[in-house]
Amino acid sequence: MLKNDPLSRVLTIDLTRRRFSVDERPELFETALGGAGVAIRLLEEECKPGTDPLGPGNPIVLAVGPLVGLYPIASKTVAMFKSPHTGNLGESHAGGRSAVAIRMAGYGAIVIRGVSTSPVYVAIEGGHVYFRDASALWGLHSAYTAGTIMRQRESGAGVRSIMRIGRAGERGVSYASVITETYRHFGRLGLGAVFGSKLLKGVTISGQRSLPVADRRAYRTLYDALYKSATESPVMKKYHELGTAVNVLPLNAMGALPTRNLQSGHFEEAEAISGERLASEYLGRRVACAHCPVACVHLGTLRLAYPKEPYFYKTSMVGYDHEPIFAMGSLLGGSDVSSMFQLLDEAEVQGLDVMSAGVTLAWATEALQRGLISVRETDGLELAWGNYPAYIAATQRIVSQPNDFYRALARGADYAASVYGGADYALTFGKNEMPGYHTGPGCHLGYLTGARHSHLDSAGYSLDQRAAAKGETLTPDGVANDLLEEERWRQVLTSLVICLFARGVYTPDIVLKALATVGFDWTADDLTRFAADTLHRKQAFKLREGFDPSALRIPKRILETPTPTGMIDEGFIRRAIETYAQQV
Amino acid sequence: MAKRLAILDADRCVGCQSCMFACARRPGVGGLSASSIWVRSAGGIRKGYVVVVCRACPDPPCSRVCPTDALPMRPGGGVRLKPDLCIGCHNCAEACPFGAVMWDHEQNKPEICVYCGYCASYCPYDVLALEEIDDPLATGFTTPTPSPEGNVPHAEK
Repeated sequence: MLKNDPLSRVLTIDLTRRRFSVDERPELFETALGGAGVAIRLLEEECKPGTDPLGPGNPIVLAVGPLVGLYPIASKTVAMFKSPHTGNLGESHAGGRSAVAIRMAGYGAIVIRGVSTSPVYVAIEGGHVYFRDASALWGLHSAYTAGTIMRQRESGAGVRSIMRIGRAGERGVSYASVITETYRHFGRLGLGAVFGSKLLKGVTISGQRSLPVADRRAYRTLYDALYKSATESPVMKKYHELGTAVNVLPLNAMGALPTRNLQSGHFEEAEAISGERLASEYLGRRVACAHCPVACVHLGTLRLAYPKEPYFYKTSMVGYDHEPIFAMGSLLGGSDVSSMFQLLDEAEVQGLDVMSAGVTLAWATEALQRGLISVRETDGLELAWGNYPAYIAATQRIVSQPNDFYRALARGADYAASVYGGADYALTFGKNEMPGYHTGPGCHLGYLTGARHSHLDSAGYSLDQRAAAKGETLTPDGVANDLLEEERWRQVLTSLVICLFARGVYTPDIVLKALATVGFDWTADDLTRFAADTLHRKQAFKLREGFDPSALRIPKRILETPTPTGMIDEGFIRRAIETYAQQV
Repeated sequence: MAKRLAILDADRCVGCQSCMFACARRPGVGGLSASSIWVRSAGGIRKGYVVVVCRACPDPPCSRVCPTDALPMRPGGGVRLKPDLCIGCHNCAEACPFGAVMWDHEQNKPEICVYCGYCASYCPYDVLALEEIDDPLATGFTTPTPSPEGNVPHAEK
């Protein structure tokens, strides 16, 4: 690492004492790069065994990496914390302006400790940290409004990040999100509830500085090559044209689009919610994260008439991607786009992870249909496939929690099923709700074994699709090893906070070249060792906090619904989990 | 002919900031300490983006308020910065109605666009282009020509 790179500075903010300090930690970044690598090491230091995820001892770690602010598509922030949703490792990544803002403020990582005595938001302006009273913002109906207020009060337009929570985070919904720049999120595993437990309404970050490079000519040459592949390479094309919603139709055609709580992998109305249809009829704007020419963020236009007021309309911009479309579209059996957008917008207003919320609502719908619960539990709401008014009302109740049933839903599908039954069709993996792929054993094994129980850990869906396309037979050991290899490499990418959409651009060779320009003299072997070590640390943290791979619950539903690779066999899954756990 | 940057269509701007990073990278460093072009949201990202860059005024207000003549006019429109003369007073930044005089906080001097077009070559969506200024003083009206002594009427003589 270059001596004068501010990356090595770790800002620690203590909400209990309302103090902050900056530590120089060059050795930390020299050995762990940034992002996931640095965050897991800071989490090891900060989070004691058995920490209450919603107590003052749970730290919030935000880490960026050496390539941020220097190269395109390296603009993610990795958050680590103990998850109130799974009771174990919490790791969530967000883009927007967050990473560039943290880097430009002069830090490689930020640690937030303690708990405030009254609602607060923290404004970081370069070397200054302000604790702003947020008691008037607490309880605001909409997370959008909280963002607007912070935007109006703070400086740094253009280069700032505004992270905030909605009421879901304030009220401790275990899958509450932290929203950044309106359309990006630390969505998964409940960082919003950790913010809420600390009475932390938000964090704004801004700054401006130059960053040193080792060799100016090499830097500019590599930049141009990366920029060219980011804008012209076919591997990036799908993200900037239709966006991730391009996946809806192909997944549906192969029978891998989870539909009506995965009672089917085929949604007969998929065309209505496809990326193609959304682009032609609803796409209103595309936006980008800081320093990313791809602009994968797709915003749909929602125009609503006021029912009792003629000639009054409200026009909103609603972000959409494959996962929200799956979770609040096909999985809920809904294809009316305007209604689906309203539900997605409600999740944003409340500050909920749309994936966990959608999967939880899908479980509740089936539980109601099967008579495990009645409208007494649902507070009179007739949850039924495609009944969006009921889903919108239920989403509000998940946050307001008027009765025990909604208090259970506020802890996710796994917990709700533990109270009311229906675990066979509660689609959670390691207690985290499933993503939008039912391609075969690979995807589900990825959700089960991945350190954050995310499709992004190891992309098992691509193993399935390759096997299905080539007619190859998957084996438990083969899948386990492939997942492990992919998850390890992704530790490198997420430590450099490179967006995983650019994984085809940032090959190992390019990563080493980029590192050299910022003074990291690493070899391919160094990367391999670092990747294995980082994943090992994450898994060790999980084991320490009680994670038991052999006790992972496999929802029966995934074994009952055919996939493009055929029926999934439970023995296959168990065997692969075992292999993965031994190897990691 | 003098050149300047044209904003062809700010509605196509996705806020990727490739232009800002290009401007800052021109001297060979990373980061964003100084950029002559700035992109910010038009009141929240829902509403899209505003692109701010020097429009190379034919009669630049920034130049007129500089107490040390550090911003002489460029032939054809716009200004050049003479950093040795600049005392960092911020008058120029305050005078620009577009907010297009950015500030280099590390140097404490204005960051003045040199109309090189490097930023435009990194705009992935053709929001920016380098264009020639055809007739900077073109106007549909006849403007009074100031007399050599100024506009004060000659009461004596």
